[in-house]
Amino acid sequence: MSASLEIKNLNVSIGDKRIIKDSSLTVPKGEVHAIMGPNGTGKSTLAKALAGHPDYEVTSGDALIDGESILELEVDERSRNGLFLAFQYPMEIPGVSIANFIRAAKNARLPDGEELNAPAFYKELYEKMDMLKIDRKFTSRSVNEGFSGGEKKRCEILQMAMLDPNYAILDETDSGLDIDALKVVSDGVNALRGPGLGALVITHYQRLLEYIVPDRVHVMYDGRIVKSGEKELALELESKGYDWIKEIAGNAA
Amino acid sequence: MEAEPGTDESIRCAFQSHIDSLNNAPEWWKAFKRDAFESYLKAPVPQKSDENWRFANRKGLDLSHCDFNSDPNDLDTQSLIDKSRLTTSQSGAFAFADNQTILSESASAALLEKGVIWCTLSEAIMNHEDLLKDYFMKQAVDLGSKKYADLHSAFVANGVLLYVPKGVEVDAPFYAYNWAVSKEASVFPHTLVIAEEHSRVHLVETHLSSSDQPSLSCGVTHLFAGVGANVDYTLIQGYNEETLGFQINSNIAGKDSQVDMNSVVLGCKRYRAETHGQIKGPGAHIDMRSLALTDAGQEIDQRTLQTHSAPHATSNILFKNALKEQSKTIFSGLIKVDESAQQTDAYQTNRNLLLDSNAEANSLPGLEIEANDVKCSHGATTSEIQDDEIFYMRARGIPKDAAQELIVYGFFEEILGRIEDESLANYSRKLIQAKFRGESV
Repeated sequence: MSASLEIKNLNVSIGDKRIIKDSSLTVPKGEVHAIMGPNGTGKSTLAKALAGHPDYEVTSGDALIDGESILELEVDERSRNGLFLAFQYPMEIPGVSIANFIRAAKNARLPDGEELNAPAFYKELYEKMDMLKIDRKFTSRSVNEGFSGGEKKRCEILQMAMLDPNYAILDETDSGLDIDALKVVSDGVNALRGPGLGALVITHYQRLLEYIVPDRVHVMYDGRIVKSGEKELALELESKGYDWIKEIAGNAA
Repeated sequence: MEAEPGTDESIRCAFQSHIDSLNNAPEWWKAFKRDAFESYLKAPVPQKSDENWRFANRKGLDLSHCDFNSDPNDLDTQSLIDKSRLTTSQSGAFAFADNQTILSESASAALLEKGVIWCTLSEAIMNHEDLLKDYFMKQAVDLGSKKYADLHSAFVANGVLLYVPKGVEVDAPFYAYNWAVSKEASVFPHTLVIAEEHSRVHLVETHLSSSDQPSLSCGVTHLFAGVGANVDYTLIQGYNEETLGFQINSNIAGKDSQVDMNSVVLGCKRYRAETHGQIKGPGAHIDMRSLALTDAGQEIDQRTLQTHSAPHATSNILFKNALKEQSKTIFSGLIKVDESAQQTDAYQTNRNLLLDSNAEANSLPGLEIEANDVKCSHGATTSEIQDDEIFYMRARGIPKDAAQELIVYGFFEEILGRIEDESLANYSRKLIQAKFRGESV
């Protein structure tokens, strides 16, 4: 089995409402894929369901990391197995500093009784903060508390950089960002690109894909992946608009 | 009266032997104690109808099993002395085990020369009668525990007196360690701080158990900040969870003075703490902060009063409780502003974080304002940890229990961050962590 994040005929419901319908896609390790689609079409549901949010019920189908199903794993186990979700709306955690938060996440990955080497941790943290142009004073600030939209997203990418996942899902990472913040965040993601990371970038706008150039683009509409293609698909979508997708979806149904 | 038959008789005997043991003490001291004891006996136990005891479980207040003359004979003094070193930088320290002095570290010669007095209460009775007569147990007990303040006066045998003369500024904190050791021991921690005009001082008081044995602690702390003085005080209450605890604090702030109080409350099966911040002069400022972490079977009952008798002054209360398992907290706070205390700023905040559906947090905020130009507010919130917060943390690989733990530490950081002595703040963090995980420190 090749290394990949694989979604197979996945169906996801919230309560009685069916959101994701029979969706399949595969993100090989080392590639960046984008999911585009109009608002309310199920993109964020897919992200949260993959991360294991308890409100999202997988009714059928499967999600696999490197060939192993992750559906029976707890949220934190999925993360420790190398899956990372960058949140669209990251939570504030009053009184917990960014440094302590990331440290707790790193400690959770160590065998019982082992503790992180503090100087090495801070060295790595500062290097990655420098890369993401995050002021070092941030380490003592509470996670996301009082952060601007751009700061929150940079903080998500910092966590991703520190946790070094095999697969990352970035949920609307561009939302609420001005162009400068978008560049910083994209630079961060691009810096983490490489043979060891498969990424699924969820976005509403083509704009982000000018900075994070995907290997493949999937278009989602009404809970289904209705079209997949090369990166040019994003441009085509941009020029033809989502009505075009509606048509394709109509023809497919 | 609801006292159990036989209780009075046994406590009378205990008191008589206590008085007999004071053979060298001056007569005024014995007379003071006899009066207090009579007053204790006459006072009724807390009644159901008493507003100051609303929500409180009064059943746990029985003292008949307490040993009022415990004499620890198999005391491992050295290990307690070793544990009575929370900081490397201090101006002086005393440690008491079941009311007996086991460690004395006097103030430096330089401080003594400036007139600083740092001594035990037993020394103070012999050498500083004038100070005690002016300040010792002179505060009214307005929050319901008059009876227990009298019990304290009757049996108190030790404690600390810290006197800082005019203009003297002391950097490093003074430490008073109070240990409950023997089974059914009764300890009466007493702390008296008198900071004269424009002086500055910092005192830390710990209330800890050396074993799992049940005990009684009945403590009183009075802080007097003179004109322009600055007093910073931290109380760490980490008794075992078999202990019955009463604690009565008064913070008296003179003109332009500042009093800071931080309490870390972790122990006792049942703990009753009364804190009175008294604004006595214009421009004074009092900050009173507390954190409490409770678990199965604990009841932490805290009552506060902010009294403003002078204008242009401020006082703040911030009490935060996190409740695990089937435990209970009570916060009752009152802000009282006299007619003359115009331009008062007084705030009172109580935040409760419920970690279990069986936990019970009670909140009784109140205002009594007679002046017409004031800013006063109170707020109380009780909430649970949000599922989305936990999901976010778990999505980073942090297991659910550890996520909850981290959120609680974060919740307390608002208080812990205000403890100036970093080694003490870290010790508090360690105690909280150990309690959360059911470990011992």
